[in-house]
Amino acid sequence: MLLSSLGEKKMKYWRKPLDADKVKVPHGTVRIVKDRCKGCGFCVEYCPRNVLEISDEFNVKGYHPPYVKNEEDCVNCGLCELICPEFAIYSILEEELEEKDEQ
Amino acid sequence: MNEKHPMDYLLREDRIPHIWCPGCGIGSSVSCFIMALEESGLDLKKVAVVSGIGCTGRVAGYVKLDSFHTTHGRAIPFATGLALANPDLKVIVYSGDGDLIAIGGNHFIHAARRNVNMTVICINNFLYAMTGGQVGPTTPLFAKASTSPYGNFEQPFNLVHLAAASGAVYVARWTALHLRRLTKAMVEAFKKKGFSFIEVISPCPTSYARRNRLGDGLAQMKFYHDNSIIRHGADPKDTDIGFQTKIVVGKFIDKERPDHYTFMTQELEKVTGGKK
Repeated sequence: MLLSSLGEKKMKYWRKPLDADKVKVPHGTVRIVKDRCKGCGFCVEYCPRNVLEISDEFNVKGYHPPYVKNEEDCVNCGLCELICPEFAIYSILEEELEEKDEQ
Repeated sequence: MNEKHPMDYLLREDRIPHIWCPGCGIGSSVSCFIMALEESGLDLKKVAVVSGIGCTGRVAGYVKLDSFHTTHGRAIPFATGLALANPDLKVIVYSGDGDLIAIGGNHFIHAARRNVNMTVICINNFLYAMTGGQVGPTTPLFAKASTSPYGNFEQPFNLVHLAAASGAVYVARWTALHLRRLTKAMVEAFKKKGFSFIEVISPCPTSYARRNRLGDGLAQMKFYHDNSIIRHGADPKDTDIGFQTKIVVGKFIDKERPDHYTFMTQELEKVTGGKK
């Protein structure tokens, strides 16, 4: 995904960055080890792209694990992996999406 | 539970899930610790983790490294022995405030004074969490604990000031929310020769937050987010933590001083002329 297209969707720039057409935003896939989750909500709260949300389902311990709501938005920053106290969530880098020429 | 996590290779998986409560920050700090071990490129066969008693004392049991779970307060004496017997070892003491500063307070200041070659990571949750939330030497003034139902009227320690005044060569404080900065501080501390100290302020939803009606772990994290002031190089004596006051975080001390083992062997050699 191009930064410019992402920018229009999520962030407002006061000017378009000069290298906007060269910078590629990485895309990650979030994996959740549901049965380890204790439902503290740290990942949901602090995901910078609001990818996650608490689900309604129960895990084996009776907590509500998060689920991936906005799969497209994950940029593989790895914050969820770092903040999770239970070692229950991580993201892996996906092959960058095919570059779409928007001009 | 067959799904794998990238940090599993450094965890004793048979011990997971750990005992820490939902909303506790110790697990997050262990994530940072594992990430910092990866980033620092240390030889993991030459890393030893020593813990005392308490919630944070469980860390030694969860990481798949050479680790030892010592008696209450005696993590630093054990680690001092390790550091002296095997100077190549990277000794990391990972324990809580009740263990390191209360019953182990004397060991702490003397290890810092001698500048023993070790990294001390102290998770500060402001009270004795595991035993039921009793007042500790870090409980802020006027905070409630199970043994101070009307509030705590004893002046608490300022851990970074204590460490800096005792002679630590690296002193930093972060909260469990400053994940990247905490990881970076740990990497810096691992590379430092001598006594490096990192205080990690961590939410304790079950004991501290419940008694003081501060909400759950997430609410405490939000409080850290709104009330942490990053001030690198600040004078440690100005970094007192009060009850729900602003928390000054940052890297306060980063200086050079010969560590205990190097200094001792070097001076001994001068006196004895290299004879053993």
